[in-house]
Amino acid sequence: MYVAVKGGERAIAQSHVLVADARRGDHALAELSVAQIRQQLRLAVARVMTEGSLYDEDLAALAIKQAAGDLVEAIFLLRAYRTTLPRLADSLPLDTGRMRIERRISSAFKDLPGGQVLGPTYDYTQRLLDFSLLAEGGQPAESAPNAAAAPLEAPRVTDLLAGEGLIEGSGDQGEDRAPVDLTREPLLFPADRATRLQNLARADEGFLLALGYSTQRGYSTTHPFAAEIRFGAVPVEVFVEELGFAVEIGEIALTECQLINDFHGSAEAPPQFTRGYGLAFGHAERKAMAMALVDRSLRADEFGESTESPANDEEFVLSHSDNVEASGFVQHLKLPHYVDFQTNLEMLRRLRADWESGGEPGGEDAARIMGQQQEEEGEE
Amino acid sequence: MSTVSSTAPNSGSSAVSSAGTASTPAALGERGMQPGYNFAYLDEHTKRMIRRALLKAVAIPGYQVPFGSREMPLPYGWGTGGIQVTAAVIGAADVLKVIDQGADDTTNAVNIRSFFRKVTGVATTEKTGEATLIQTRHRIPETPLRAGQVIVYQVPIPEPLRWLEPRETETRTMHALSEYGVMHVKLYEDIVRHGRIATTYDYPVIVNGHYLMRPSPIPKFDNPKMHRNPALQLFGAGREKRVYAVPPYTDVRSLDFEDHPFTVERWEEPCALCGATEAYLDEIILDDKGGRMFVCSDTEYCGTRREQGHRGKDAA
Repeated sequence: MYVAVKGGERAIAQSHVLVADARRGDHALAELSVAQIRQQLRLAVARVMTEGSLYDEDLAALAIKQAAGDLVEAIFLLRAYRTTLPRLADSLPLDTGRMRIERRISSAFKDLPGGQVLGPTYDYTQRLLDFSLLAEGGQPAESAPNAAAAPLEAPRVTDLLAGEGLIEGSGDQGEDRAPVDLTREPLLFPADRATRLQNLARADEGFLLALGYSTQRGYSTTHPFAAEIRFGAVPVEVFVEELGFAVEIGEIALTECQLINDFHGSAEAPPQFTRGYGLAFGHAERKAMAMALVDRSLRADEFGESTESPANDEEFVLSHSDNVEASGFVQHLKLPHYVDFQTNLEMLRRLRADWESGGEPGGEDAARIMGQQQEEEGEE
Repeated sequence: MSTVSSTAPNSGSSAVSSAGTASTPAALGERGMQPGYNFAYLDEHTKRMIRRALLKAVAIPGYQVPFGSREMPLPYGWGTGGIQVTAAVIGAADVLKVIDQGADDTTNAVNIRSFFRKVTGVATTEKTGEATLIQTRHRIPETPLRAGQVIVYQVPIPEPLRWLEPRETETRTMHALSEYGVMHVKLYEDIVRHGRIATTYDYPVIVNGHYLMRPSPIPKFDNPKMHRNPALQLFGAGREKRVYAVPPYTDVRSLDFEDHPFTVERWEEPCALCGATEAYLDEIILDDKGGRMFVCSDTEYCGTRREQGHRGKDAA
């Protein structure tokens, strides 16, 4: 006797208990604190803030803890919180030229005003597992050099090139055009560059990395130079109407990447360098560079270049870049689909009966086939 | 766009009390609701934005209206569009029913119902007749809907032409011109290859004589129920950021050909539990020897019929 399945509500409640328990792990070990995640998993925090589109290190760390380290889940948690926040004010455009630099490199010039500053990077570590980290409680042998001695500011490399007129402008949209807010308005095509950049800033790092990589392997025509990659703190200012002037409300850490490509000119535009731009919260160079590659390849049309490759295709790139959307839709296949499946099953049985009877389409009554099969098999 | 948040998670600063409904935070607390969130989760400005999009959708039946879909606390693809539409239209006096695959007790239906209980405190029901608002995934209830009811469909892909033409810029033009030849060709190719139209769910319909519309992945069995239905039918696609609507008593015609008229699934035998002959049946596998039975997918319809004394061959 068949009894219909019941009790979804209790099963869900129980799964909540189990997932909380699995997240906590062995109770004999101390619980991970949000402050520890914020301090010691800073790159994970940066990714969650960037793709979560919310600059809040504590909440990003909390999301990472709650998601048991699943960063896409953490991004989802942060987004779902962010969507409830009121918009209190728009900041003035950030001036990354005023960044207090912790790291700044250019691959286009050997030396330049402000110099090359390696800062905290894994670039030149030899990727050998450091077994001393297995022993907990140790202190670093030497403390870091006092970085606060002289806050470092340096002009942006692209501004130096602009001084000579060798590079295009950075796409000033004019004061009367407020950028679209993609979290408030739907993405419509064709999208302008500001909208595209906003989408790419929220985009999945892995997706952009693969697309950017594809442009370097011939699926597009980029051969860029890293004019500059910089990481550091930038002041955020809000113009207060009542006061009549801008007030600094704090600082946020940013990674900015400017890639430049050469362009041989056209009837409308002189030969000059063109830009691909990447920006991310916190320290996130891979993301910023991949974003800059994809930004530039989405501009192929502007420069009369070939637009055949996936990374040139605006609808393809922008519609599939968001990992919260992608993760949800891919995983919705876990939801019950048995009603649709039943219709497919029925159709397949009809087609199968046609095929077995030599390709003659049977009558319209498929149900008969299902019923007959059922009876036959029931008699076994 | 980035937003700098400076508030603690539970400050509840986003709660905007709504005009017209009893949804001040105090009132919500009395109904045992989740503190810190506005009635029905969304803030009132967002609800107004969605309602405006819905009004446009009702005014242009079958037309996909872009809207500023919000990120919801449930995953994309799991009903975020339907949830936003429900949240935008639900009021304190509504009685809500949520189904998935026709059943009230599937996990996702349970989860969405519990979400709305938490953020609205409204009464919920499994009875189709008692509900004022029904959110559904993949089915239309067997009990005919009546005037005054609202049914909200969760939609994964709103664009009926998407698998024939992936580009939004192209499909928009095709809709504007009612240029749907490509869909007829697709159905015709089915007939040439298989001797019949092989589309079984999400079967395309023409609404009010103009727009081609996806009915969401309901089985084509349910398509005729959409035609001149007295209830208001609203469709929400959260990930794709579109809403559309079929107003009450609107023509909804399933595409077909004169020599291959539209037909629906039929079963040779009635529901094994309630004996229904006019309902959509799910196939239940009973053992690993090919044993199976067919029962109503609409669990409430099936249960009510059994309460009324109807019995199928396998009823206890």
